[in-house]
Amino acid sequence: MTNQATIDRLLAAFPAVEPSEFRGQTRTVVPRESVFDALAFLKGDLGFDMLIDVTCVDYLAYRGARGRFGLVYLLLNTGSGERLVVRTFVDDPEPTVPSVVPLWEGANWLEREVWDLFGMRFEGHPDLRRIVLPEEFTAHPLRKDYPLQGRGERHNFPVITRAEG
Amino acid sequence: MALELPDNVVITRLDDLVSWCRKNSLWPMPFATACCGIELMATGASRHDLARFGAEVFRFSPRQCDLMIVAGRVVMKMLPVLQRIWQQMHEPKWCISMGACASTGGVFDTYSVVQGIDRFIPVDMYVPGCPPRPEQLIQAIIDLQAKIQAEGTMFGREFTDPERQLPKRALRESVGGQ
Ligand code: SF4
Repeated sequence: MTNQATIDRLLAAFPAVEPSEFRGQTRTVVPRESVFDALAFLKGDLGFDMLIDVTCVDYLAYRGARGRFGLVYLLLNTGSGERLVVRTFVDDPEPTVPSVVPLWEGANWLEREVWDLFGMRFEGHPDLRRIVLPEEFTAHPLRKDYPLQGRGERHNFPVITRAEG
Repeated sequence: MALELPDNVVITRLDDLVSWCRKNSLWPMPFATACCGIELMATGASRHDLARFGAEVFRFSPRQCDLMIVAGRVVMKMLPVLQRIWQQMHEPKWCISMGACASTGGVFDTYSVVQGIDRFIPVDMYVPGCPPRPEQLIQAIIDLQAKIQAEGTMFGREFTDPERQLPKRALRESVGGQ
């Protein structure tokens, strides 16, 4: 739950932010252009000092979607216990957002994971490499247009027989 | 002239003697990647006590093992590791594919999960179940022992010569279920 005063201060600084409430959780949608500044404001001025997670949703063919990808930041204010969900919509092609590693060091691996699985580019990330999939993998498999059973990557190995074992 | 043997002398084939030694001292390599690994641990623990069948010496170095037990799903990033460990194990060596995932991919028909390790390495025994109970794994080891006794040769000719191998299906019947 986030205090109304916090939301009010965020809205005063960034009028384009759209807050909403669902089952006691406060969510905000921030325009893609101001997402870095808004996060910096949330950290610096409003005390959201901990980044819980960075994750992503692919809204391909989703009814009423406002963009291809919804990038989600989960924030925690360890002083007051407030939590806040910050979402921003990013579009194809070449979805790109500024990296938040300068704000929270812990975003490093989280952003690498989003890059690995969704192909979201993080501008200014110090080391944007794959983190879970093998280096030689070429696709971003959590995108909705990637086939569930893959494109044959799982069968692309040499066969070891008894004779050569 | 009848040759009389003392009571403490047994005559056998060398192949049979070697196979008898091998089958009773299997050293498993626990390649446990998922939930099946828990049942594998239970098999080695005191209640089920794999030591009764001479296979309790789990070793985490492939160079000391001759039975690989693949317990759990193998993802495509893990498969090269699995193959390398298999190749590092010394001959003669055997492989048990434990559980639905290792044998077929199980319910995980996704881009990252290998749909059965037998596509890429040789497998001697498949254990069905999700997860198999320790009794099933023990049965697989007993069956494997029967197989080693029935087709084993001193120099491992059965590995390269398909003529010497027992048919994969219905192994228990073909070796008398001993
Ligand atoms: S077969 Fe079942 S228990 Fe075994 S690894 Fe797969 S899901 Fe887990």
